[in-house]
Amino acid sequence: MRALTWHGKHDVRVETVDDPEILNPRDAIIRITSTAICGSDLHLYDGYIPTMQVGDILGHEFMGEVVETGPGSTLEKGQRVVVPFTIACGSCYHCGKHQYSACDNGNPADNQDIAQFLYGQPMSGLFGYSHMTGGYAGGQAEYVRVPFSDVGPIVVPDGLEDEQVLFLSDILPTGWQAAEYAQIEPGDTVAVWGCGPVGLFAVQSALLMGAERVIAIDHFPHRLELARRFGAETINFEKSDTYEALMEMTGGIGPDACIDAVGLEAHGFFLDNVIDQIKASTFLGTDRIHSIRQAIIACRKGGRVSMPAVYGGLVDKFPLGAFMEKGLTLRTGQTHVQHYMPALLNAIVEGKIDTTFLISHRLPLEQAAEGYKMFHGHQNEVTKVVLKPGMAAAA
Amino acid sequence: MPDTRDDIRDDAPLTTAKHGDALDEAKAALVEDRGDSLVGRSVTINRPRAELYAFWRDFARLPAFMENVERVDMLDERTSHWVVKAPGGRTVEWDAVITEDRPGELIAWASTEGADVPNSGRIDFRDAGERGTVVTATILYDPPAGLLGKLIARMFQREPAIQARRDLRRFKQLMETGEIATAARNRRELEEEEEG
Repeated sequence: MRALTWHGKHDVRVETVDDPEILNPRDAIIRITSTAICGSDLHLYDGYIPTMQVGDILGHEFMGEVVETGPGSTLEKGQRVVVPFTIACGSCYHCGKHQYSACDNGNPADNQDIAQFLYGQPMSGLFGYSHMTGGYAGGQAEYVRVPFSDVGPIVVPDGLEDEQVLFLSDILPTGWQAAEYAQIEPGDTVAVWGCGPVGLFAVQSALLMGAERVIAIDHFPHRLELARRFGAETINFEKSDTYEALMEMTGGIGPDACIDAVGLEAHGFFLDNVIDQIKASTFLGTDRIHSIRQAIIACRKGGRVSMPAVYGGLVDKFPLGAFMEKGLTLRTGQTHVQHYMPALLNAIVEGKIDTTFLISHRLPLEQAAEGYKMFHGHQNEVTKVVLKPGMAAAA
Repeated sequence: MPDTRDDIRDDAPLTTAKHGDALDEAKAALVEDRGDSLVGRSVTINRPRAELYAFWRDFARLPAFMENVERVDMLDERTSHWVVKAPGGRTVEWDAVITEDRPGELIAWASTEGADVPNSGRIDFRDAGERGTVVTATILYDPPAGLLGKLIARMFQREPAIQARRDLRRFKQLMETGEIATAARNRRELEEEEEG
């Protein structure tokens, strides 16, 4: 089959690789019909995530048709399914509590050593996202092997297009969980750092959950415009001082809840960000944390900080004092995708949530490398790239 | 007043001690002890105690999750013969005798005279309420060819502490999910991993 493989920083290629096969009873093989490039794939593209190996197949947002099932799978050939990016067994203690991204068993035993060493306990496996999270082949390919297929994939009702449901695999539940973790109360003002896909879905979710005002922060005008369409107010951090603007817009109180949807590759020429970049490039620190610092400083006393943004390692100059003195609450984590999928699929069917606005580019899988380059270089216009293995290549 | 005398033992398991006489105490907890290197590891498994004990007690099934154990033959109800992979494509072998067997609670064993790797240990199964069962493996062994053997074993990622942790994770996967997770894409990759 053809698949997008990682070869190093800014080097991904579509190559011919061996087809996947059923290996365990609960496996299924999916023929991919649509798969997206995620903002977090750019962290791999930029070489920020350790434990990648040459030849790894990327991609954790995908859907397709069931073509083969193991004896323990509950799926049937021909069904259309969206696959969660978290690989969870459904039977361990954490899965029982719907903490699917903390599944004890989704990550192979040997790979768990890396995360146990770095984080204290290993997390679940993830598709196409380094060997620390399992080393599983991802879905930017023609076919993928899906373990625990009786627990993860959700069957798509007839009549829905791929593009209406594809984002159930990651970014829609991630944006929703971020808003849920902000514990929104009536009358709340919620500030969202980053208007990438997760940030935009967090904006949408926060409004659906009853936030009175949502303030979206970015520097790409097109992305801010998308946030505005949902009813958010906006701050362009290149034009205004974010902290001052937030304080003035909230009558000197600060936002009740702050959502950091930016993560470890923050943009912007701020002193702390520049220092972080130097440290990251010299391996003195690994993550650039400008947005979470600012969220903590801006957040009102006793407020909530929700952090769907991806961080991988150690940080410096974390404002722990402000965090303690103001009595803030921080909630974060990889998304428990399986927990949110059924309700969000319903919301899509009922027309309460539309995700198709996000897709700016559609490309055949063969042009995936070009898709990475575009997404990486033109974040204002390129909001989401969807790859279609079946699509004919552009002339 | 907090007790500041330093001769008071803490409650941490013996296998996590930084120094001191943990080895002697661990040996004292075994019916018979063989070996001077100590490995201990616990895992919580979301299944009943009796079920986990029953799987483990049938030693012939252990190679299903113990990566380096090629084969275990039951010679009689209490004696088993172990064939274990060693560095350089070789194998090491020994006979082991069950020294204590409390159904649903404890299995203890010791290798017999002439073992390539003298070893002994115990597997404890303790109730953990809604979380299932805590399984604790305590193993004493003499590394082959002393320190050099241990270094070679480490190079091959077969250092017993790492191996014990990985084997217990695989036991948990098998008991909780009915299968052992693998990221291999197809049978060829799976075989390569297993030969690893």
